[in-house]
Amino acid sequence: MKYGYYPGCSLEKNAASYHVSAMAAIKPFGVEFVELDDWNCCGATEYISLNLMASYALIARNLAIAAKTADANQQIVAPCSACYLNLSKTEKYLTESPSLTEKVNIALKEGGLSYKPGNMRVRHLLDIVVNDIGYDAIASKVTKPLKGLRVAPYYGCMIVRPSLPSQFDDPEYPVTLDKLMQVLGATVIDYPMKAHCCGGHMTQISQATGLELIRQLLQSAADYETDVIVTLCPMCQLNLDAYQSDVNKYFKTKFNIPILYFTQLMGLAMGIEARDLGIGKEFIDARPALAKIGVEVPETAKKKPSKEELPMPKMPEEV
Amino acid sequence: MTTTDMALKTSTTTKTSFMEEVIAATPGESRLNYCIQCGTCGGSCPSGPDMDHTPRALFAMIRAGMKTEVLKSNTPWYCVSCYYCTSRCPQEIHITDIMYTLKRMAIDEGYFRESTAADAPGFSQTFIFYVENFGRSFEMGLATAYKLMHHPLDMFAVIPMGLGMMAKNRIDIIPKRIKAVDQLKSILKKAKELEAQL
Repeated sequence: MKYGYYPGCSLEKNAASYHVSAMAAIKPFGVEFVELDDWNCCGATEYISLNLMASYALIARNLAIAAKTADANQQIVAPCSACYLNLSKTEKYLTESPSLTEKVNIALKEGGLSYKPGNMRVRHLLDIVVNDIGYDAIASKVTKPLKGLRVAPYYGCMIVRPSLPSQFDDPEYPVTLDKLMQVLGATVIDYPMKAHCCGGHMTQISQATGLELIRQLLQSAADYETDVIVTLCPMCQLNLDAYQSDVNKYFKTKFNIPILYFTQLMGLAMGIEARDLGIGKEFIDARPALAKIGVEVPETAKKKPSKEELPMPKMPEEV
Repeated sequence: MTTTDMALKTSTTTKTSFMEEVIAATPGESRLNYCIQCGTCGGSCPSGPDMDHTPRALFAMIRAGMKTEVLKSNTPWYCVSCYYCTSRCPQEIHITDIMYTLKRMAIDEGYFRESTAADAPGFSQTFIFYVENFGRSFEMGLATAYKLMHHPLDMFAVIPMGLGMMAKNRIDIIPKRIKAVDQLKSILKKAKELEAQL
């Protein structure tokens, strides 16, 4: 089965390990992702805060490209929650509102494009994995079950809410990722924060608000003695992982919970090597947790940032 | 007509007109006028404690025509787009979408400068600068330009994070650019012209 693939900006660099592990994890099932040609950023949650028509036109350009991609089969897969929400919501509003579609098409025409809404299925990567590939097929490929690994499935917001036509799980108590982790052999933690918010861009707007939301999530997972939090969104991964030390400093806590993508654990359970799943790029070292299931991750040579590629001031007494 | 023009035109009319203005500027059926003041939204909001007004209070203020107070409120800027309120609202009001509308209005009318989240539009604008000019977002540029403009003293505080991102090879030093930047620019230019006519 072939799908149009919209990786989104994060998966090219910051969340490259998500892209790499997703490709490795779906390959054994004969699923093929055809990357949309010359796609653009979805605008995240920023463009809609500034300019309504431009934000819809920006997203519609990607939908128009997807519609033209024969191999996409009128389906577009996004691994990032914000990309998924933006594509799905735009498709919904364009379908419902002919006047909005008309205006968007006037804008698209300037670039020689047009879009007819109503036929595109926007899917999140997790939806494809659990519903199209399916738990049984995945179970049959598990060769190294994650036995004894305590995993907290973390859904975040934008794949479960609001209720869009593409919705595939419950907005309050989603279960698809829980079931997937059970199929992989993990001990799944049922903690109350699994569909709560990581704060998105709040670390930049109001540090106290942003860090507190991250703290609540980490605390809840820690209360249930989790070994690893598993996520399906680059923003969630970044907030929980890269800001974990800031949370510890700010609240004088001692969290040390690695944050992995669900595709990375899927790959490990299917016997794929850790290095082929981008493991090692996380800030909070996942090796002690993975050692529990007998996975050895080769130490990645720490690349010292060279002065030539570093256009930033450097403090002599840097902590 | 821009939102500002509409505001000038409606500022002397009846108190419900601000609500109509918000509804008109929100895509889809926002259902804002169906609010029953139950407070499910505020009770569901993860950043509610840091907001000047809960969404419920803000909607009462919109209904009362308190335009200036609403657009000076930090509430829309503290919305984290988690959609809990939207999902739980018994009246099915598109609360998150309305928060986006209020953000746009606060920028159009300059009131955001008086809120306690005065830097938030700067973050969005910096983010979008790269999207409009390269077709992709650019974290390095976003972090450095935004910090320099809005929190220059924090610049040094973010260096360890920046270096960490580079050490893990998780951040680009130069922005990626799509092939059809010119095409994208023409599309967005036209969309903005259409927005101005709304």
